[in-house]
Amino acid sequence: MANAALEQLYREDYGRIVAAVIRLVGDFDLAEEAIHDAFAAALEQWPRDGIPASPRAWIVGAARHKAIDRIRRRGRLDGKLREISVLSVLEDSVDGAGNDDINDSVPDDRLRLIFTCCHPALALETQVALSLRTLCGLTTEEIARAFIVPATTMAQRLVRATRKIRAARIPYEVPPDDLLPERLQAVMAVIYLIFNEGYSATSGAALVRADLCAEAIRLGRILHELIPENSETRGLLALMLLHDARRDARLTGEGDLVLLEEQDRARWNPAQIREGLALTTTSMRSTEPGPYTIQAAIAAMHSRSPAAADTDWRAIAALYGLLARIQPSPVVELNRAVAIAIADGPERGLSLIDAIEARGELRDYHLLWSARADLLRRLGRWREAREAYSSALALVTDEPQRRFLRRRLDEVNLRERSS
Amino acid sequence: MQYMLLIYDNENNKPAPDEMNKLYQEYGAFTQSITKSGNFNAGAPLQPTSTATTVRVRDSKTLTIDGPFAETKEQLGGYYLIEAENLDQAVAIAARIPSARFGSIEVRPVMKMG
Repeated sequence: MANAALEQLYREDYGRIVAAVIRLVGDFDLAEEAIHDAFAAALEQWPRDGIPASPRAWIVGAARHKAIDRIRRRGRLDGKLREISVLSVLEDSVDGAGNDDINDSVPDDRLRLIFTCCHPALALETQVALSLRTLCGLTTEEIARAFIVPATTMAQRLVRATRKIRAARIPYEVPPDDLLPERLQAVMAVIYLIFNEGYSATSGAALVRADLCAEAIRLGRILHELIPENSETRGLLALMLLHDARRDARLTGEGDLVLLEEQDRARWNPAQIREGLALTTTSMRSTEPGPYTIQAAIAAMHSRSPAAADTDWRAIAALYGLLARIQPSPVVELNRAVAIAIADGPERGLSLIDAIEARGELRDYHLLWSARADLLRRLGRWREAREAYSSALALVTDEPQRRFLRRRLDEVNLRERSS
Repeated sequence: MQYMLLIYDNENNKPAPDEMNKLYQEYGAFTQSITKSGNFNAGAPLQPTSTATTVRVRDSKTLTIDGPFAETKEQLGGYYLIEAENLDQAVAIAARIPSARFGSIEVRPVMKMG
Protein backbone atom coordinates (compact mmCIF):
# COMPACT_ATOMS: atom_id res chain seq x y z
CA MET A 1 0.00 0.00 0.00
CA ALA A 2 2.53 2.56 1.16
CA ASN A 3 4.97 1.55 -1.55
CA ALA A 4 2.34 1.85 -4.26
CA ALA A 5 1.31 5.25 -2.92
CA LEU A 6 4.94 6.37 -2.99
CA GLU A 7 5.46 5.14 -6.49
CA GLN A 8 2.37 6.92 -7.70
CA LEU A 9 3.42 10.09 -5.91
CA TYR A 10 6.85 9.93 -7.51
CA ARG A 11 5.41 9.26 -10.93
CA GLU A 12 2.71 11.92 -10.88
CA ASP A 13 3.94 14.61 -8.56
CA TYR A 14 7.71 14.66 -8.86
CA GLY A 15 7.63 17.88 -10.88
CA ARG A 16 5.47 19.65 -8.32
CA ILE A 17 7.62 18.43 -5.48
CA VAL A 18 10.89 19.49 -7.10
CA ALA A 19 9.43 22.86 -7.98
CA ALA A 20 8.28 23.48 -4.43
CA VAL A 21 11.51 22.30 -2.81
CA ILE A 22 13.72 24.29 -5.19
CA ARG A 23 11.81 27.39 -4.19
CA LEU A 24 12.27 26.55 -0.51
CA VAL A 25 15.97 25.73 -0.64
CA GLY A 26 16.97 27.84 -3.62
CA ASP A 27 19.19 25.24 -5.22
CA PHE A 28 18.55 22.54 -7.83
CA ASP A 29 21.06 19.94 -6.65
CA LEU A 30 20.29 20.35 -2.99
CA ALA A 31 16.57 20.05 -3.72
CA GLU A 32 17.01 16.81 -5.64
CA GLU A 33 19.21 15.29 -2.96
CA ALA A 34 16.80 16.32 -0.22
CA ILE A 35 13.82 14.89 -2.09
CA HIS A 36 15.70 11.66 -2.52
CA ASP A 37 16.29 11.59 1.25
CA ALA A 38 12.63 12.39 1.89
CA PHE A 39 11.43 9.52 -0.30
CA ALA A 40 13.88 7.20 1.44
CA ALA A 41 12.47 8.29 4.81
CA ALA A 42 8.91 7.79 3.57
CA LEU A 43 9.77 4.30 2.38
CA GLU A 44 10.78 3.53 5.93
CA GLN A 45 8.07 5.38 7.85
CA TRP A 46 4.89 5.08 5.80
CA PRO A 47 4.55 1.28 5.97
CA ARG A 48 4.96 1.57 9.74
CA ASP A 49 3.02 4.75 10.55
CA GLY A 50 0.55 4.82 7.67
CA ILE A 51 0.24 7.07 4.65
CA PRO A 52 0.00 10.74 5.69
CA ALA A 53 -3.15 12.70 4.89
CA SER A 54 -1.32 14.81 2.33
CA PRO A 55 1.53 12.71 0.95
CA ARG A 56 2.92 15.45 -1.23
CA ALA A 57 3.01 18.01 1.55
CA TRP A 58 4.68 15.40 3.75
CA ILE A 59 7.44 14.84 1.19
CA VAL A 60 7.97 18.56 0.60
CA GLY A 61 8.13 19.19 4.35
CA ALA A 62 10.47 16.27 4.91
CA ALA A 63 12.68 17.37 2.02
CA ARG A 64 12.96 20.82 3.54
CA HIS A 65 14.20 19.33 6.81
CA LYS A 66 16.55 17.00 4.96
CA ALA A 67 17.95 19.97 3.07
CA ILE A 68 18.60 21.78 6.34
CA ASP A 69 20.29 18.63 7.68
CA ARG A 70 22.49 18.47 4.63
CA ILE A 71 23.51 22.11 4.90
CA ARG A 72 24.26 21.68 8.61
CA ARG A 73 26.37 18.63 7.84
CA ARG A 74 28.30 20.59 5.28
CA GLY A 75 28.80 23.24 7.95
CA ARG A 76 27.57 25.91 5.63
CA LEU A 77 25.53 27.97 8.03
CA ASP A 78 25.32 30.79 5.56
CA GLY A 79 22.57 32.80 3.97
CA LYS A 80 21.00 29.72 2.49
CA LEU A 81 20.05 28.37 5.91
CA ARG A 82 18.68 31.69 7.03
CA GLU A 83 16.55 31.75 3.93
CA ILE A 84 15.20 28.30 4.70
CA SER A 85 14.44 29.28 8.27
CA VAL A 86 12.44 32.24 7.15
CA LEU A 87 10.52 30.18 4.67
CA SER A 88 9.98 27.35 7.06
CA VAL A 89 8.25 29.74 9.41
CA LEU A 90 5.93 30.61 6.58
CA GLU A 91 5.38 27.02 5.74
CA ASP A 92 4.93 25.78 9.29
CA SER A 93 1.88 27.95 9.48
CA VAL A 94 0.56 26.11 6.46
CA ASP A 95 1.60 22.71 7.79
CA GLY A 96 -0.19 23.58 11.01
CA ALA A 97 -3.45 23.77 9.11
CA GLY A 98 -2.78 20.16 8.23
CA ASN A 99 -4.34 20.29 4.81
CA ASP A 100 -3.53 20.77 1.17
CA ASP A 101 -3.12 24.55 1.39
CA ILE A 102 0.55 24.03 0.78
CA ASN A 103 -0.32 23.14 -2.78
CA ASP A 104 -1.82 26.51 -3.54
CA SER A 105 1.58 27.97 -4.24
CA VAL A 106 2.71 24.95 -6.21
CA PRO A 107 1.40 25.76 -9.69
CA ASP A 108 3.49 28.93 -9.61
CA ASP A 109 6.49 26.91 -8.56
CA ARG A 110 6.18 24.55 -11.48
CA LEU A 111 5.75 27.43 -13.88
CA ARG A 112 8.93 28.99 -12.49
CA LEU A 113 10.68 25.67 -12.89
CA ILE A 114 9.56 25.25 -16.51
CA PHE A 115 10.96 28.65 -17.40
CA THR A 116 14.24 27.94 -15.63
CA CYS A 117 14.65 24.55 -17.33
CA CYS A 118 13.91 26.06 -20.74
CA HIS A 119 16.07 29.15 -20.27
CA PRO A 120 17.73 30.17 -23.55
CA ALA A 121 21.10 30.42 -21.78
CA LEU A 122 21.05 26.61 -21.65
CA ALA A 123 21.68 24.52 -24.76
CA LEU A 124 18.48 23.15 -26.30
CA GLU A 125 19.45 19.53 -25.62
CA THR A 126 20.10 20.52 -22.02
CA GLN A 127 16.72 22.24 -21.77
CA VAL A 128 15.09 19.04 -22.95
CA ALA A 129 17.04 16.83 -20.55
CA LEU A 130 16.53 19.14 -17.59
CA SER A 131 12.78 19.37 -18.22
CA LEU A 132 12.44 15.59 -18.40
CA ARG A 133 14.52 15.16 -15.28
CA THR A 134 13.06 17.80 -13.00
CA LEU A 135 9.50 18.18 -14.28
CA CYS A 136 8.76 14.62 -15.33
CA GLY A 137 10.97 12.84 -12.82
CA LEU A 138 12.71 10.68 -15.42
CA THR A 139 16.00 9.28 -14.20
CA THR A 140 19.24 10.28 -15.84
CA GLU A 141 19.50 6.73 -17.22
CA GLU A 142 16.02 6.91 -18.76
CA ILE A 143 16.78 10.21 -20.47
CA ALA A 144 20.13 8.90 -21.69
CA ARG A 145 18.44 5.83 -23.17
CA ALA A 146 15.75 7.92 -24.84
CA PHE A 147 18.33 10.10 -26.57
CA ILE A 148 20.84 7.31 -27.19
CA VAL A 149 23.73 8.86 -25.31
CA PRO A 150 25.80 7.18 -22.60
CA ALA A 151 24.39 7.71 -19.10
CA THR A 152 27.65 9.34 -18.00
CA THR A 153 27.34 11.92 -20.80
CA MET A 154 23.78 12.72 -19.79
CA ALA A 155 24.77 12.92 -16.11
CA GLN A 156 27.55 15.37 -16.98
CA ARG A 157 25.20 17.43 -19.08
CA LEU A 158 22.75 17.71 -16.19
CA VAL A 159 25.44 18.50 -13.65
CA ARG A 160 26.82 21.24 -15.89
CA ALA A 161 23.31 22.62 -16.32
CA THR A 162 22.52 22.87 -12.61
CA ARG A 163 25.98 24.31 -12.01
CA LYS A 164 25.37 26.98 -14.63
CA ILE A 165 21.92 27.78 -13.22
CA ARG A 166 23.55 28.44 -9.87
CA ALA A 167 26.79 30.12 -10.98
CA ALA A 168 25.28 32.39 -13.63
CA ARG A 169 22.17 32.89 -11.52
CA ILE A 170 19.62 31.89 -14.10
CA PRO A 171 16.50 33.20 -12.38
CA TYR A 172 13.96 30.83 -10.85
CA GLU A 173 10.99 32.91 -11.80
CA VAL A 174 8.28 33.48 -14.34
CA PRO A 175 9.80 35.97 -16.82
CA PRO A 176 8.55 39.57 -16.70
CA ASP A 177 5.85 40.52 -19.19
CA ASP A 178 8.26 41.90 -21.79
CA LEU A 179 10.15 38.60 -21.99
CA LEU A 180 7.20 36.27 -21.46
CA PRO A 181 5.98 35.72 -25.05
CA GLU A 182 9.49 34.89 -26.27
CA ARG A 183 10.20 32.59 -23.32
CA LEU A 184 6.88 30.86 -23.64
CA GLN A 185 7.79 30.13 -27.25
CA ALA A 186 11.02 28.52 -26.03
CA VAL A 187 9.14 26.39 -23.50
CA MET A 188 6.64 25.22 -26.11
CA ALA A 189 9.46 24.47 -28.54
CA VAL A 190 11.12 22.22 -25.95
CA ILE A 191 7.88 20.38 -25.23
CA TYR A 192 7.14 19.90 -28.92
CA LEU A 193 10.69 18.74 -29.55
CA ILE A 194 10.32 16.08 -26.86
CA PHE A 195 7.04 15.03 -28.46
CA ASN A 196 8.49 14.83 -31.95
CA GLU A 197 11.51 12.94 -30.74
CA GLY A 198 9.09 10.37 -29.43
CA TYR A 199 6.67 10.50 -32.34
CA SER A 200 8.90 10.49 -35.39
CA ALA A 201 11.29 7.97 -33.87
CA THR A 202 14.43 9.25 -35.55
CA SER A 203 16.34 6.54 -33.73
CA GLY A 204 16.13 4.10 -30.87
CA ALA A 205 13.68 1.61 -29.48
CA ALA A 206 9.97 2.27 -30.06
CA LEU A 207 8.93 1.73 -26.46
CA VAL A 208 11.11 4.47 -25.00
CA ARG A 209 9.84 6.78 -27.69
CA ALA A 210 6.18 6.36 -26.76
CA ASP A 211 7.20 7.35 -23.24
CA LEU A 212 8.62 10.58 -24.58
CA CYS A 213 5.28 11.38 -26.23
CA ALA A 214 3.47 10.75 -22.95
CA GLU A 215 5.93 12.97 -21.07
CA ALA A 216 5.58 15.76 -23.63
CA ILE A 217 1.80 15.59 -23.31
CA ARG A 218 2.15 15.70 -19.53
CA LEU A 219 4.32 18.83 -19.81
CA GLY A 220 1.86 20.31 -22.30
CA ARG A 221 -0.94 19.70 -19.82
CA ILE A 222 0.98 21.37 -17.02
CA LEU A 223 1.72 24.38 -19.19
CA HIS A 224 -1.88 24.68 -20.34
CA GLU A 225 -3.11 24.27 -16.78
CA LEU A 226 -0.74 27.01 -15.61
CA ILE A 227 -1.38 29.46 -18.47
CA PRO A 228 -4.94 28.53 -19.41
CA GLU A 229 -5.71 31.84 -21.08
CA ASN A 230 -3.06 31.33 -23.77
CA SER A 231 -4.50 29.87 -26.97
CA GLU A 232 -1.15 28.49 -28.12
CA THR A 233 -0.49 26.43 -24.98
CA ARG A 234 -3.94 24.94 -25.59
CA GLY A 235 -3.18 24.49 -29.28
CA LEU A 236 0.08 22.70 -28.52
CA LEU A 237 -1.64 20.29 -26.14
CA ALA A 238 -4.38 19.64 -28.72
CA LEU A 239 -1.83 19.05 -31.46
CA MET A 240 0.06 16.48 -29.41
CA LEU A 241 -3.10 14.70 -28.27
CA LEU A 242 -4.47 14.41 -31.80
CA HIS A 243 -1.22 13.08 -33.25
CA ASP A 244 -0.55 10.74 -30.35
CA ALA A 245 -4.10 9.36 -30.68
CA ARG A 246 -3.00 7.74 -33.95
CA ARG A 247 0.07 6.10 -32.46
CA ASP A 248 -1.25 2.51 -32.36
CA ALA A 249 -2.57 2.69 -35.91
CA ARG A 250 0.61 4.25 -37.22
CA LEU A 251 2.84 1.20 -37.00
CA THR A 252 2.23 -2.43 -37.89
CA GLY A 253 3.06 -5.22 -35.46
CA GLU A 254 6.44 -5.44 -37.16
CA GLY A 255 7.05 -1.76 -36.56
CA ASP A 256 6.40 -0.72 -40.16
CA LEU A 257 4.95 2.68 -40.90
CA VAL A 258 1.31 2.89 -41.99
CA LEU A 259 0.35 5.99 -43.97
CA LEU A 260 -2.44 8.16 -42.63
CA GLU A 261 -4.76 7.22 -45.48
CA GLU A 262 -4.21 3.51 -44.86
CA GLN A 263 -4.56 3.58 -41.09
CA ASP A 264 -7.31 1.65 -39.34
CA ARG A 265 -9.14 4.58 -37.81
CA ALA A 266 -10.95 2.32 -35.36
CA ARG A 267 -7.61 2.00 -33.63
CA TRP A 268 -7.29 5.72 -33.03
CA ASN A 269 -7.69 6.67 -29.38
CA PRO A 270 -11.22 8.15 -29.17
CA ALA A 271 -10.83 9.75 -25.74
CA GLN A 272 -7.69 11.59 -26.78
CA ILE A 273 -9.32 12.70 -30.03
CA ARG A 274 -12.39 14.03 -28.18
CA GLU A 275 -10.19 16.01 -25.84
CA GLY A 276 -7.95 17.23 -28.65
CA LEU A 277 -10.89 18.32 -30.80
CA ALA A 278 -12.50 20.25 -27.97
CA LEU A 279 -9.23 22.06 -27.24
CA THR A 280 -8.71 22.81 -30.93
CA THR A 281 -12.18 24.28 -31.33
CA THR A 282 -11.65 26.63 -28.38
CA SER A 283 -8.19 27.57 -29.58
CA MET A 284 -9.28 28.34 -33.14
CA ARG A 285 -11.77 30.86 -31.74
CA SER A 286 -8.83 33.04 -30.81
CA THR A 287 -8.60 36.22 -32.87
CA GLU A 288 -5.14 35.29 -34.12
CA PRO A 289 -4.63 31.53 -34.03
CA GLY A 290 -0.91 30.71 -33.69
CA PRO A 291 1.08 28.01 -35.45
CA TYR A 292 0.42 25.24 -32.90
CA THR A 293 -3.30 25.94 -33.01
CA ILE A 294 -3.38 25.84 -36.81
CA GLN A 295 -1.41 22.61 -36.87
CA ALA A 296 -3.88 21.19 -34.35
CA ALA A 297 -6.71 22.30 -36.63
CA ILE A 298 -5.06 20.44 -39.50
CA ALA A 299 -4.69 17.29 -37.39
CA ALA A 300 -8.33 17.75 -36.34
CA MET A 301 -9.46 17.67 -39.99
CA HIS A 302 -8.12 14.11 -40.16
CA SER A 303 -9.47 13.16 -36.75
CA ARG A 304 -12.95 14.26 -37.75
CA SER A 305 -12.98 12.20 -40.96
CA PRO A 306 -14.44 8.72 -40.39
CA ALA A 307 -12.53 7.46 -43.45
CA ALA A 308 -9.54 8.77 -45.37
CA ALA A 309 -11.76 9.40 -48.40
CA ASP A 310 -13.92 11.81 -46.37
CA THR A 311 -10.99 14.11 -45.68
CA ASP A 312 -11.53 17.71 -46.71
CA TRP A 313 -8.15 18.30 -48.35
CA ARG A 314 -9.13 21.68 -49.68
CA ALA A 315 -9.73 22.90 -46.13
CA ILE A 316 -6.41 21.36 -45.08
CA ALA A 317 -4.62 23.13 -47.94
CA ALA A 318 -6.22 26.40 -46.82
CA LEU A 319 -5.02 25.85 -43.25
CA TYR A 320 -1.49 25.20 -44.52
CA GLY A 321 -1.77 28.41 -46.50
CA LEU A 322 -2.70 30.25 -43.31
CA LEU A 323 0.20 28.59 -41.49
CA ALA A 324 2.62 29.55 -44.27
CA ARG A 325 1.58 33.18 -43.89
CA ILE A 326 2.26 33.43 -40.16
CA GLN A 327 5.23 31.06 -40.11
CA PRO A 328 6.75 30.85 -43.58
CA SER A 329 8.72 27.64 -44.09
CA PRO A 330 9.43 25.34 -47.02
CA VAL A 331 8.20 22.35 -44.97
CA VAL A 332 4.80 24.02 -44.60
CA GLU A 333 4.85 24.75 -48.36
CA LEU A 334 5.57 21.10 -48.99
CA ASN A 335 2.64 19.99 -46.86
CA ARG A 336 0.41 22.46 -48.61
CA ALA A 337 1.55 21.08 -51.96
CA VAL A 338 0.70 17.55 -50.86
CA ALA A 339 -2.78 18.63 -49.70
CA ILE A 340 -3.40 20.43 -53.00
CA ALA A 341 -2.20 17.36 -54.91
CA ILE A 342 -4.84 15.26 -53.21
CA ALA A 343 -7.57 17.88 -53.59
CA ASP A 344 -6.81 19.03 -57.15
CA GLY A 345 -4.74 16.23 -58.65
CA PRO A 346 -1.08 15.17 -58.53
CA GLU A 347 0.03 17.48 -61.34
CA ARG A 348 -0.74 20.68 -59.46
CA GLY A 349 0.97 19.34 -56.35
CA LEU A 350 3.97 18.26 -58.36
CA SER A 351 4.51 21.69 -59.88
CA LEU A 352 4.39 23.23 -56.38
CA ILE A 353 6.94 20.71 -55.09
CA ASP A 354 9.18 21.34 -58.09
CA ALA A 355 9.00 25.07 -57.34
CA ILE A 356 10.21 24.43 -53.79
CA GLU A 357 13.04 22.26 -55.09
CA ALA A 358 13.92 24.80 -57.79
CA ARG A 359 14.48 27.37 -55.02
CA GLY A 360 17.11 24.98 -53.68
CA GLU A 361 15.09 24.33 -50.53
CA LEU A 362 14.61 20.98 -48.79
CA ARG A 363 16.94 19.14 -51.16
CA ASP A 364 18.32 17.26 -48.16
CA TYR A 365 14.87 16.50 -46.75
CA HIS A 366 13.74 12.96 -47.47
CA LEU A 367 10.06 13.90 -47.27
CA LEU A 368 10.39 16.26 -50.24
CA TRP A 369 11.65 13.36 -52.32
CA SER A 370 9.17 10.82 -50.98
CA ALA A 371 6.27 13.24 -51.60
CA ARG A 372 7.52 13.90 -55.12
CA ALA A 373 8.00 10.17 -55.68
CA ASP A 374 4.48 9.44 -54.50
CA LEU A 375 2.92 11.94 -56.93
CA LEU A 376 5.02 10.62 -59.83
CA ARG A 377 3.93 7.11 -58.91
CA ARG A 378 0.28 8.18 -59.00
CA LEU A 379 0.91 9.70 -62.42
CA GLY A 380 2.50 6.45 -63.61
CA ARG A 381 5.81 8.17 -64.34
CA TRP A 382 7.71 5.15 -63.07
CA ARG A 383 11.29 6.06 -64.00
CA GLU A 384 11.10 9.52 -62.35
CA ALA A 385 9.31 7.98 -59.36
CA ARG A 386 12.11 5.45 -58.98
CA GLU A 387 14.73 8.21 -59.02
CA ALA A 388 12.83 10.24 -56.43
CA TYR A 389 12.38 7.20 -54.14
CA SER A 390 16.11 6.54 -54.41
CA SER A 391 16.88 10.14 -53.42
CA ALA A 392 14.52 9.82 -50.44
CA LEU A 393 16.14 6.54 -49.39
CA ALA A 394 19.59 8.10 -49.49
CA LEU A 395 18.46 10.76 -47.00
CA VAL A 396 16.12 8.92 -44.60
CA THR A 397 17.49 7.99 -41.16
CA ASP A 398 14.81 6.01 -39.35
CA GLU A 399 14.14 2.34 -39.94
CA PRO A 400 10.33 2.18 -40.42
CA GLN A 401 10.46 5.00 -42.98
CA ARG A 402 13.37 3.34 -44.76
CA ARG A 403 11.47 0.05 -45.01
CA PHE A 404 8.40 1.86 -46.30
CA LEU A 405 10.36 3.66 -49.03
CA ARG A 406 12.14 0.42 -49.92
CA ARG A 407 8.78 -1.30 -50.48
CA ARG A 408 7.54 1.54 -52.67
CA LEU A 409 10.77 1.55 -54.67
CA ASP A 410 10.47 -2.19 -55.33
CA GLU A 411 6.88 -1.70 -56.42
CA VAL A 412 7.81 1.11 -58.81
CA ASN A 413 10.70 -0.95 -60.17
CA LEU A 414 8.32 -3.79 -61.02
CA ARG A 415 5.87 -1.46 -62.72
CA GLU A 416 8.64 0.19 -64.72
CA ARG A 417 9.86 -3.16 -66.02
CA SER A 418 6.39 -4.41 -66.90
CA SER A 419 5.39 -1.17 -68.64
CA MET B 1 25.86 39.64 -8.37
CA GLN B 2 28.71 40.67 -10.65
CA TYR B 3 28.92 39.84 -14.32
CA MET B 4 31.74 40.48 -16.77
CA LEU B 5 30.54 41.51 -20.20
CA LEU B 6 33.29 40.78 -22.74
CA ILE B 7 32.86 42.63 -25.99
CA TYR B 8 34.05 40.81 -29.09
CA ASP B 9 34.06 42.18 -32.60
CA ASN B 10 36.17 42.05 -35.72
CA GLU B 11 38.82 44.69 -35.15
CA ASN B 12 39.77 44.62 -38.84
CA ASN B 13 36.35 45.92 -39.87
CA LYS B 14 36.81 49.45 -38.69
CA PRO B 15 33.78 51.68 -39.24
CA ALA B 16 34.14 54.96 -41.15
CA PRO B 17 35.18 57.95 -38.97
CA ASP B 18 31.70 59.45 -38.73
CA GLU B 19 30.21 56.08 -37.85
CA MET B 20 32.97 55.65 -35.29
CA ASN B 21 32.03 58.98 -33.72
CA LYS B 22 28.42 57.91 -33.52
CA LEU B 23 29.46 54.63 -31.91
CA TYR B 24 31.56 56.46 -29.29
CA GLN B 25 28.58 58.63 -28.48
CA GLU B 26 26.37 55.60 -28.12
CA TYR B 27 28.91 53.99 -25.81
CA GLY B 28 29.05 57.20 -23.79
CA ALA B 29 25.27 57.27 -23.43
CA PHE B 30 25.13 53.57 -22.55
CA THR B 31 27.84 53.85 -19.89
CA GLN B 32 26.13 56.88 -18.40
CA SER B 33 22.81 55.08 -18.31
CA ILE B 34 24.09 51.97 -16.51
CA THR B 35 26.05 54.17 -14.13
CA LYS B 36 22.89 56.04 -13.26
CA SER B 37 20.97 52.78 -12.75
CA GLY B 38 23.68 51.53 -10.39
CA ASN B 39 24.73 48.59 -12.58
CA PHE B 40 28.14 49.94 -13.66
CA ASN B 41 31.25 48.79 -11.81
CA ALA B 42 33.99 49.22 -14.38
CA GLY B 43 34.59 49.13 -18.09
CA ALA B 44 36.98 50.20 -20.82
CA PRO B 45 37.84 49.63 -24.45
CA LEU B 46 41.07 47.77 -25.19
CA GLN B 47 43.84 48.55 -27.68
CA PRO B 48 43.78 46.16 -30.69
CA THR B 49 45.24 42.65 -30.44
CA SER B 50 48.27 43.83 -32.46
CA THR B 51 49.37 45.44 -29.19
CA ALA B 52 48.79 42.25 -27.16
CA THR B 53 51.47 40.25 -25.41
CA THR B 54 50.91 36.77 -24.04
CA VAL B 55 52.84 35.67 -20.98
CA ARG B 56 53.39 32.17 -19.63
CA VAL B 57 55.61 30.93 -16.83
CA ARG B 58 56.99 27.43 -17.36
CA ASP B 59 59.65 25.89 -15.15
CA SER B 60 59.94 29.28 -13.43
CA LYS B 61 60.86 30.86 -16.75
CA THR B 62 58.75 33.66 -18.14
CA LEU B 63 57.87 33.21 -21.80
CA THR B 64 56.68 36.31 -23.55
CA ILE B 65 55.02 36.02 -26.93
CA ASP B 66 53.81 38.71 -29.25
CA GLY B 67 50.10 38.55 -30.01
CA PRO B 68 46.85 37.48 -28.37
CA PHE B 69 46.30 34.20 -26.53
CA ALA B 70 44.24 32.82 -29.41
CA GLU B 71 43.63 33.86 -32.99
CA THR B 72 39.89 34.28 -33.42
CA LYS B 73 37.53 35.80 -35.96
CA GLU B 74 36.26 38.28 -33.40
CA GLN B 75 38.60 39.73 -30.84
CA LEU B 76 38.16 40.94 -27.29
CA GLY B 77 37.85 44.69 -27.73
CA GLY B 78 36.57 45.91 -24.40
CA TYR B 79 34.64 44.99 -21.30
CA TYR B 80 32.16 46.07 -18.70
CA LEU B 81 32.00 44.80 -15.17
CA ILE B 82 28.41 45.16 -14.02
CA GLU B 83 26.20 44.44 -11.07
CA ALA B 84 22.96 42.66 -11.97
CA GLU B 85 20.16 40.88 -10.17
CA ASN B 86 20.39 37.72 -12.27
CA LEU B 87 21.33 36.43 -15.72
CA ASP B 88 18.20 37.86 -17.35
CA GLN B 89 19.11 41.35 -16.20
CA ALA B 90 22.75 40.88 -17.22
CA VAL B 91 21.69 39.71 -20.68
CA ALA B 92 19.31 42.65 -21.03
CA ILE B 93 22.17 45.04 -20.24
CA ALA B 94 24.57 43.19 -22.57
CA ALA B 95 22.04 43.53 -25.38
CA ARG B 96 22.19 47.31 -24.99
CA ILE B 97 25.95 47.46 -25.63
CA PRO B 98 26.29 49.15 -29.05
CA SER B 99 28.70 46.48 -30.37
CA ALA B 100 26.12 43.76 -29.71
CA ARG B 101 24.52 44.82 -33.01
CA PHE B 102 27.50 43.65 -35.06
CA GLY B 103 29.81 41.82 -32.61
CA SER B 104 29.17 39.42 -29.73
CA ILE B 105 28.98 39.94 -26.00
CA GLU B 106 30.05 37.11 -23.74
CA VAL B 107 28.34 37.26 -20.35
CA ARG B 108 30.34 35.64 -17.56
CA PRO B 109 29.34 35.53 -13.90
CA VAL B 110 32.15 36.67 -11.65
CA MET B 111 33.14 34.09 -9.05
CA LYS B 112 32.60 35.27 -5.50
CA MET B 113 35.68 34.75 -3.35
CA GLY B 114 35.57 34.28 0.39
